[in-house]
Formats: sequence, C-alpha cells, structure tokens
Amino acid sequence: MTFKYKNVYLNETATIAGPYEQLGPLAHTYDKTYDNLYFGKKTFEQAESKLIEESVDLLLYKVKKVKSEIDLHIGGDLLNQLTATNYASRTIGIPLLGIYSACASSVEGLIIGSNMLEAGQIKNFIMTVSSHNASAEKQFRYPVEYGGPKRVTSTFTCTGGCSAYLSYNRCGVKVESATVGVVKDMGVSDTYHMGAVMAPAASYVIKKHLDETKREIDYYDLVLTGDLGIYGVKILKDMMQTDYQIKMNNLEDAGTLIFDYEKTKDVHAGGSGPACLPLVAFGDIFNKMQKGELKKVLLVATGALMSPTFVNQKLSIPSIAHAISLEALI
Amino acid sequence: MEKNKYKDLVTKHTPKENRLLNAFIAFGIGGMLGVIGELLRTFYAYILDIPKQDAGVFMTTTLIFIGCLLTCFGFFDKWVNFARCGLIIPITGFAHSMQSAALDYRREGFVTGLGSNMLKLAGSVIIYGIISAYIFGIVRFLIFGGNV
Repeated sequence: MTFKYKNVYLNETATIAGPYEQLGPLAHTYDKTYDNLYFGKKTFEQAESKLIEESVDLLLYKVKKVKSEIDLHIGGDLLNQLTATNYASRTIGIPLLGIYSACASSVEGLIIGSNMLEAGQIKNFIMTVSSHNASAEKQFRYPVEYGGPKRVTSTFTCTGGCSAYLSYNRCGVKVESATVGVVKDMGVSDTYHMGAVMAPAASYVIKKHLDETKREIDYYDLVLTGDLGIYGVKILKDMMQTDYQIKMNNLEDAGTLIFDYEKTKDVHAGGSGPACLPLVAFGDIFNKMQKGELKKVLLVATGALMSPTFVNQKLSIPSIAHAISLEALI
Repeated sequence: MEKNKYKDLVTKHTPKENRLLNAFIAFGIGGMLGVIGELLRTFYAYILDIPKQDAGVFMTTTLIFIGCLLTCFGFFDKWVNFARCGLIIPITGFAHSMQSAALDYRREGFVTGLGSNMLKLAGSVIIYGIISAYIFGIVRFLIFGGNV
C-alpha cells in the first residue's frame, strides 16, 4: 500500500541522545546529549519517559508553538504498554495516538499523521519515538549489569528521544510518499541476530515501494534502513540482488552509522531501537536535505516484532518495515 | 525467497565465532579463579586456623561477595563478557546473575521487585542443581550403598 502526499512537510525535528551515542561520529548533529543513562531520574524507564518530554519541549521551542496549538501527538516506544510514551503524555497533554511496530514505529507514526494531514483532518502533528538501552535490555534480554556473552551479530539498543513536527506549511523537507509494509517471518528465531530477522521485511517494502511508484532504485540519493546492523545490511543487499536483481549501491544503515566502533566496542553489529533511525534521519540527514546536499531519501524503518514469551514458546520472530520518501525543497 | 534458501543466505553472511579461542580464554580465567579459590582456602585453613571443611565455605562466600561487589561497581559484566564461561560457570557467575537481577529490580519494592525477580536467572540453576543432586545421590546410594 503506497500513499502519495501533495501537502505534507517535515518542518522541524528534535533529537536527544545518550552517553554511547555522544561518543559516536554523529554526536554534533544531536540537539542534546546526556552523560549517563538516568537523566536525573530514579529508574531507566522513567528516564526514557523524560527523554520524550524533553524532546517535545525542545521541538515546540524550535517551532515556536505552544502545546495547545498542536492537533495530534503520535508516539511509540519499546516498553510494555507503551509506558514511556503514555507517561510522558501526562505532562505533554496533546491528544495522543500510541503506536507500536517495534523499531519501525517512527515511520509508522509519520505515515499515520501524514495521511491525516493530507486528508485535511488535522493542521499539524508531532511524532515522537524513544528507546533506552538499559530499559530495553531489562525487558527483552538480561538484567542490565549481567554480562552474558553476546555474539558479534547482536545489536545494541540506542538511547534517544526523537520528535518531529509536521504540517502543511512548506518548509523543511517534503514528505513525498510512503509504503506500508507487511509482517514477514522467514523462520529466524535467533534473538542475537535481529539483522537476519528484519532484512526480509526491508527487502519486501523497498521492492513494493519501487513497484508502486514505478521508480528505479537509483531515483533515491540514499536509502536509509533503520537498524539492520553490519550483517543485516549484507543480507539485505544479497537478498535484493538474488530476488529482484536490484543493486543497492545507495544503501546505508542508521545502526551502522550511529556508533564509534573503536570507542564503544560492545555495540557489536551496530545500533537498534525505535530511536536509532530518527537519531540519524532527524539530525544528520534532515540537515543535509535542508542544505540540498541530499535531494531524495527513502527511510526504511525496520522492526523485529520480538516477544520473549513467543521466543520461549519456540516460535520464530516476525518483522515489519515501513518506507517513507522524503524530498528536499531546494 | 524460500525459508531454506534464506537460511543459507543468513549463514553465508554470519561470521563464525572463534570457539577455540573462547574455550581457551574460559579455561585460562576459570583456572586462575580456581587457583585463587584454593589459595583462599589454604589461607583460611592454615593462617587463620579455620577447620578445613569450614575453610571451603569461607572461600565460597568470599568469592560470592567479590562477585556481587564487582557487579555493583558496574564493570564485572564487561569482564564476564570477555571471560565468558571462565567467570559464569564458577560461583562468581551465580553471584553475578543474582546481583545484577537484584540491581535491576531494586526500585520495584522488596517483595514485588527484589524478592520475586532476584532469582530470575539463578532460579533454574538452583532448581536443576537440587534435582540433579537428588538423582546423583540416589544413584550413588544404589551403587555404593549409603556409606562411602
């Protein structure tokens, strides 16, 4: 399913990152970074909620709006019952739609809001996503301080809160079209190889997008996937080549761009989490598009719909990916 | 793409773990830990004049304490990550798993948080440890009788 938009613009973004990200090569593109994982809160979960609140405050300050002027807030995160988003929304107070596609939530949020904007139901909206390394580890894997051996293919959940303001005012970056993906399951049940879990979903949505918009892959200056990691990218490239004879020369993965592998060795295959793609896309890529250095970018957010319960019940892990096409205005 | 073909493709792009090196590191560090344990036991038995059998318990407790303390300091997980089974299989791994779970849930109440989650990882070690102790105990009884 592909939607075309005539009048939707990504006007402004705000990104806040954690201690590991601030050592990475993109540190200068974040609006704010923190030295430790607590952000002045008592627990990691509350810290994640604070990330969302702060990024919204920062965003509204940037676009010079007050909360009552925003029609809708669409938000997602990784915690059970979307706790971080829901609790942050107590103070944000904008009508909220909570969404979940794991690490693909960011693009899902952009698609839902953009459709409403295009239909004229709302005049603007904000989209937020967050992820927190320690709260995600605690919920999905082992206790934070537990040093269970990790394999080289495992990814490292990014810590960050990202938000974006979209409206029909022509400034920033144009949202051109978007494709909604389907849930794919190729039988991978390895929780330490999420790249292999998500690559099929990404390859499906990229192919679908190209077919339905009748474009070649070279139409885009950059195809930015969410969090496939070093090995997931290799799998995706190979898959696109063998299945569809498409050479992905313009493919980059946000998870592989976000960390400095020398300074932070324990990130293994790269970053992951809902905040991973936006930390790169809303910072570095958004800046470059506004300057005109990148004209056409396809964001492909990939999400592993992993449930520890179902993994323990010996089911494989399904995944989903959504794509959204952004165009520079200059 | 079919699932079988995809599996091959994934295997092709997944690096192999160096199991021999991992085993070597685990053997080295686990062995070193054993030596430390033995030194401690000797220290307790011959310098502090604790009865030999009790010295073993003192040694175990000391290692558990050190494992817990280093976990709280926040760098033991990196050591375990490097040494793998060298630190997980000995008693330090048990201490580490309980302490790290306790740290995670310390703000969620003594009963609902600490109490019910502390054995999250270590629980199965205790359960299957006790079960296998029973089974081997029975086997020993059946083969050698009660008085070995």
